[in-house]
Amino acid sequence: MHVPDGFIDAPTSAAAGVIAAGAVAVSLRGARRELDERTAPLAGLVAAFIFAVQMLNFPVAAGTSGHLLGGALAAILVGPYTGVLCVSVVLLMQGILFADGGLTALGVNVIDMALTTTVVAYAVFRGLVKVLPRTRRSVTVASFAAAVLSVPAAACVFTLIYAIGGTTDVSIGKVATAMIGVHVLIGIGEAVITALTVGAVIAVRPDLVHGARGLRQRLKLRVGDDLVDVPDTAPVPAAARTGRVSRRAVWAGGLVASLVLAGFVSFYASADPDGLEKVAHDKGIDRTAKEHASADSPLADYGVRNITDARLSGGLAGVIGVGVTVVAGTGVFWAVRRRRDADASPASLDTSAAEKV
Amino acid sequence: MGAVTVPPVAPGSPVPADTPAPASLEVAGLAFAYPDGHQALFGVDFRIARGERVALLGPNGAGKTTLVLHLNGILGGGAGTVTVAGMPVGKRHMAEIRRQVGIVFQDPDDQLFMPTVREDVAFGPAAAGLKGPELEERVDRALALVGMAEFKDRPPHHLSFGQRRRVAVATVLAMEPEILVLDEPSSNLDPASRRELADILRALDVTVLMVTHDLPYALELCPRALILSEGVIAADGRTGELLGDEELMRAHRLELPFGFDPRAVSSGAAERA
Amino acid sequence: MGAGHAHRLYRHGHSPVHALPPHTKLAAAFAFVVVVVSTPREAMWAFALYAVLLAGVAYAARVPAGFLLKRLLIEVPFVAFAVLMPFVAEGERVDVLGLSLSVNGLWGAWNVLAKGTLGVAASVLLASTTELRELLLGLQRLKLPPLLVQIASFMIRYGDVITDEMRRMRIARESRGFEASGVRHWGVLAKSAGALFIRSYERGERVHLAMVSRGYAGSMPVIDEVTASRAQWSYALALPVAALAVCLLGWVL
Repeated sequence: MHVPDGFIDAPTSAAAGVIAAGAVAVSLRGARRELDERTAPLAGLVAAFIFAVQMLNFPVAAGTSGHLLGGALAAILVGPYTGVLCVSVVLLMQGILFADGGLTALGVNVIDMALTTTVVAYAVFRGLVKVLPRTRRSVTVASFAAAVLSVPAAACVFTLIYAIGGTTDVSIGKVATAMIGVHVLIGIGEAVITALTVGAVIAVRPDLVHGARGLRQRLKLRVGDDLVDVPDTAPVPAAARTGRVSRRAVWAGGLVASLVLAGFVSFYASADPDGLEKVAHDKGIDRTAKEHASADSPLADYGVRNITDARLSGGLAGVIGVGVTVVAGTGVFWAVRRRRDADASPASLDTSAAEKV
Repeated sequence: MGAVTVPPVAPGSPVPADTPAPASLEVAGLAFAYPDGHQALFGVDFRIARGERVALLGPNGAGKTTLVLHLNGILGGGAGTVTVAGMPVGKRHMAEIRRQVGIVFQDPDDQLFMPTVREDVAFGPAAAGLKGPELEERVDRALALVGMAEFKDRPPHHLSFGQRRRVAVATVLAMEPEILVLDEPSSNLDPASRRELADILRALDVTVLMVTHDLPYALELCPRALILSEGVIAADGRTGELLGDEELMRAHRLELPFGFDPRAVSSGAAERA
Repeated sequence: MGAGHAHRLYRHGHSPVHALPPHTKLAAAFAFVVVVVSTPREAMWAFALYAVLLAGVAYAARVPAGFLLKRLLIEVPFVAFAVLMPFVAEGERVDVLGLSLSVNGLWGAWNVLAKGTLGVAASVLLASTTELRELLLGLQRLKLPPLLVQIASFMIRYGDVITDEMRRMRIARESRGFEASGVRHWGVLAKSAGALFIRSYERGERVHLAMVSRGYAGSMPVIDEVTASRAQWSYALALPVAALAVCLLGWVL
């Protein structure tokens, strides 16, 4: 899915670059909260891991290529902000070192593979973890679901960007079919790897899974042969939070449900070109569509349009899509941040992983 | 057993120490549990005066490594306090604490990560803000202390294991620490390298805490020893006396090498020291 | 533990290009690609001139043509895409050798191929003349946020660790008689991924602890200052400036 130089036109690439830079800036701010000196190397490892899995390229029927994306893994292990940074770093280094993905297309690639996958995966993951019982198996199941959905979501965003600024006039329907169809399959592979990795990590080092921080337990002192509780320093009383959690759970759950729903709807809509066309038509988005140049071709049903019209309709859809993504993303970030602020333990001694509640 | 008299090796370190100057290291009531629920430390208390050389002994899983990681604030957040040269270990003094507590990790490959020996030794002082000729001088001095000056521009992974461990010690010495903490310094060393390292450590004028399974090595280098067992300090005293107490040793799963008699050797060690 | 002292992409050498400070090379490569991408696709001769410019750099860097061409293979998936484009794209069609091809698709294929190839070639030249550590220093000098540089440097360090651990685990598997020979064994390999992650993490964690213990607080301390003189900057920027001239001609002509 790495976009090379010259594939997306210059204005769109530049705009994508600006949006991506903004996203990275927001993530840098957010990551300060997520990262401490113990998790910084974890972020690096996640990046290296993603680098490795992204090297597995599957040639795809319609001429594009697909590979595992890794955004879900990053979001679950190191948190959404740091996740965005990890994948962005991978993309940057791939661009510089391996020439995989053009340097000028970096913005497009970041929006597509870093931002979309991480945000979608983390929203799905947190939503499921809240709903499911608090067990390790739930975490694994939630990571599977998050990864499965994140990859087609990235394919959707890719299609949107292509619709806005693609330099070739392959019809959007065809691109969408090829990209999303293939990425549903890749999503399954990605989900297996993500769930196995998260499962393995949570079994051995639960402290390393950002998305599933457990409850803190009381320390004991050995006095003589007995164990005594350590005098209270400032543990977080677990019971005190339950009242607020329920309300917030409903709210976050609703947000997540709508995101998942949106993901599914747009997925089915775009996987089926007729559906996309129909939706566009009903909404009047493509009212400017004029002629069918080759009505006898099997592709006549969708997308054979005057190029400027395709761009216009795609552009509108793109703006709406990006807008929704930004608003939803901001909502999720805001929710997560508020939660973290409220839960921050007052007795935070340096960086201990133990203080994570 | 009472015949052991180990003269203080460095000035101002009678055992047990009660000097008015701030101790190099003071640990009080330290308890810690890992996030997975496993509690490793259950209230550790001890004090090491400036210039002392102390061995920290204990069976596998006693919490030795956990304790070491508390000394420069890499782990924390449990109960209790660690004080280095009068400074409490905590976020406020972290940079200074890290400079004062030099930890030499067990595997030199973990410790050496720069392309050349010189850059590796320079890493710590450069992070503390040293530059130019001052930095070079510090590097040269540290390398000279461990006898590795001529390997300055070699890549560390081309050195022998013993040489790498000596470079690892140099990387820490370059920071001029208040206390040198060594995690299993003699592991994987052949007898000659073991001897060379012992000579180097003996010649250093710095407080040393040596975490080890190698009881003869502890006896040879450290007049005083602590036994950490099940997350608490189970014994604190002269190394020779502790090693000679068979019941104590058995109770804490510590075993001397076959045919090794601490009483016979300790006087020899004392003479050499 | 190699801290990325050498990578397979890097070709050791002492050419003038190797000697340039990394941040000037990064800036030059990026500017060059930007110029290439903003060139109109109809100006075919311009792309030929860009290729000549890059060939000049490769000559100065003493990077052999074979090495460069082999590394260009990374592009293959997109070449496949480009080749298909004339068949699937819409619009006016022409007959070539009995095949009906889309004119727009042909232009599109040319556009992606030409610009993509030049971009890849520029990156390959950059990577083969600059050590990884230097690249990171260069990115740091170009004011990339320190957190990103930090993640990147850990990523590179862990790259080595992962390769090492993978090799050890493969030896352990094979010495117990397991060989991955087909789809049936993917399960075992997938499970190894989790174990690999933990093992790599714990190894890297120890390195990180050692770094933190020596005062590392997020950015590599500067041991040898990297500075670029005015002459070095102008030498490095000669490439994008020449490209810019070609690009402007392309728009005018």
